Amino acid sequence: MDLNYTPDELAFRDEVRAFIKDNLPADIARRVGSGEPLTKADMDLWHSRLNAKGWLAGSWPREFGGQSWTAVQKHIFEEEYAAAHAPRIVPFGVAMLGPVLQAFGSKAQQDYYLPRILSGEDWWCQGYSEPGAGSDLASLKTRAVRDGDHYVVNGQKTWTTLGQFANKIFCLVRTSTEGKPQEGISFLLIDMDTPGIEVRPIILIDGVHEVNEVWFTDVRVPVENLVGKENEGWTYAKYLLTHERTGIAGVGFATAALDSLKRIARTEMNHGRPLIEDPHFAARLARIEIELMAMATTNLRVVAGAAEGKAPGAESSMLKVKGSILRQQINDLARRAVGPWAVPFVSEDLEGNIYHPGPEYSARVANSYLNNRKISIYGGSNEVQRGIITKAILGL
Amino acid sequence: MDFNHTEERRMLADSLRRTLARGADWATLAELGVLGALFTEDEGGFGGQGFDIAVVFEELGRAGSPLPVVEAGLAGGLLADCGQAELVEQIIAGTLRPAFAHGEPGLRYDHGPIRTRYEDGRLTGRKSVVEGAEGADLLVVTALENGDTVRLFTVAPDAPGVTLYTTPSLNGGSVSEITFDGAAATPIGGHMGLVENRIEAATLAVCADALGAMETARDMTLDYLRTRKQFGIVIGKFQALQHRMADVAIEIEQARSAVINLAGHLHADALARDRHASAAKNMVGRVARLVAEEAIQMHGGIAMTEEYALAPVSRRLIAVDHRYGDEDWHLERFIRLSA
Repeated sequence: MDLNYTPDELAFRDEVRAFIKDNLPADIARRVGSGEPLTKADMDLWHSRLNAKGWLAGSWPREFGGQSWTAVQKHIFEEEYAAAHAPRIVPFGVAMLGPVLQAFGSKAQQDYYLPRILSGEDWWCQGYSEPGAGSDLASLKTRAVRDGDHYVVNGQKTWTTLGQFANKIFCLVRTSTEGKPQEGISFLLIDMDTPGIEVRPIILIDGVHEVNEVWFTDVRVPVENLVGKENEGWTYAKYLLTHERTGIAGVGFATAALDSLKRIARTEMNHGRPLIEDPHFAARLARIEIELMAMATTNLRVVAGAAEGKAPGAESSMLKVKGSILRQQINDLARRAVGPWAVPFVSEDLEGNIYHPGPEYSARVANSYLNNRKISIYGGSNEVQRGIITKAILGL
Repeated sequence: MDFNHTEERRMLADSLRRTLARGADWATLAELGVLGALFTEDEGGFGGQGFDIAVVFEELGRAGSPLPVVEAGLAGGLLADCGQAELVEQIIAGTLRPAFAHGEPGLRYDHGPIRTRYEDGRLTGRKSVVEGAEGADLLVVTALENGDTVRLFTVAPDAPGVTLYTTPSLNGGSVSEITFDGAAATPIGGHMGLVENRIEAATLAVCADALGAMETARDMTLDYLRTRKQFGIVIGKFQALQHRMADVAIEIEQARSAVINLAGHLHADALARDRHASAAKNMVGRVARLVAEEAIQMHGGIAMTEEYALAPVSRRLIAVDHRYGDEDWHLERFIRLSA
């Protein structure tokens, strides 16, 4: 048992820290820290700087343009950039589609799409959920019917995150209604410019346009855009959901959020004293910090297992449940910390400006609290995760 | 022992529920007797007791009304305390809507010390997170007279030297930051004791409002659990969700009892009243958050959207904890009052 990083790992951590310090614009870090939405230009800028360093997809194999990072290196990178309030790397191309193409795509697909993910030429979004297929994803109904050398796609996808910026979408579509629902699903790559695709915004409870509905009406997709084999898309989707899920706990995000929360609590006054000295508030804060310290080690135990070649399976469900609850608790405490300043409820105007009468750190605390209710719902709700733990780990 | 509301209160609640479901403006509320129910007969109304307040606000909360009735009742109550019978008459008739400007930046949930000053007929200072000030006909303002005593003043919101900076409220209405820069004001007397009394009544109003909103969230969630199908069955058949919904139902009943306790002690001695106010507000703050979070989680993604009717209900339930003292503020006061 040794709780310390190796000298090589420590050197890597220092390199990551130095790179972020030199390359992350202060204004972007400030906005990430206060929960303001970023523009596409902000995200593109950060992606291109990471890509120039070769770190946009550091855990991809070298042959595909990555660094072949170990699980520990990937963990260090994720923790460092989250703690520095760097923007989340948009996961759809880099973390989701990339590994699927590397494992199941054709040589032609790998050669064409992977470099375009790294260069930012393609912005991918995800077409998985449907209005009737959420937790029960396999019940999806969007149909793809073969017609000569095309599939003709009809249906509706939803919760398509940042689809308004995307030029490509990877979709799970139904190509067969025979057998179990999982057995008739295929994995298709679709150009968003294809006639018959319509993107409609969904405004969320915090006033932000983050997700969309995507409608498909007689959309013709070349058959060479099928990934792997027809009717085996569920296997690829599951691979995507369990591949490299060590970041799922969000320890870095939680650490950064806890730091912000402490800054708020040191500044806000309660009965003329800093709120952080209030015994009730301090106790709430301490309980969260104790959870986070243990969570960091639980996460590292899974990372170390992955480094030894054990693919994290149901353990990632444990990390997701605990990690999402912890992050939500931090959001809840930030809401409490700002007191009455949580009441003025302001979204950005059309120019992206935000006017809030309270201190800057209070402006989006209620919005972030509301927005992060999503993290126990998306990517397999916590109820679905608990079901996986019950079956796969506990054997009940 | 009788836990039934009087016939009059039941009738008011029924007609209010029916009307609010169709949408109601300020004049309609006045016609229904909502404003009259907040004042005693001595003050010109026909209610003013704890259970009158509880009945009215439970329905406003159930319907999600964005109208600033809590603030009008609070400001109007203080006007009544200060002998402003003519103004009270107009409030009850629905022709005058007042708001109460008391909180200041940095006070958090404390009721003082107030820094806004009244000197030579003019007010100077800033009031913070004032609900319903935008569009109000009259502001009732607390300020220091002679530099040491809190008194009450009335000010026209459009008077020179009054600046409102207004944003939407998490609660559904609007909140304003108000700056007084030598604004002409009318002294009406009063003292902090009266303000404290009326804040306890407003706390009851917010708790009852939350109770109505909780029941709306609960009913919407139950409807969803009964109709949403995944894995071939309605999700309400999953025991994990059933048990959580049962816990939500239990907690709402506990919150209802706490609100009844407060309503029944609103005119008791100050110690008993304040203990019940803090007990109720502490519990309501906790349960409102539980109900909002469980309603969102059990719905899933649909509850995250602005378009779905639960969104304003969830925000209202979270806002409860930020009005008139949060869970911890009232816990601390309860401990102090119980020592």
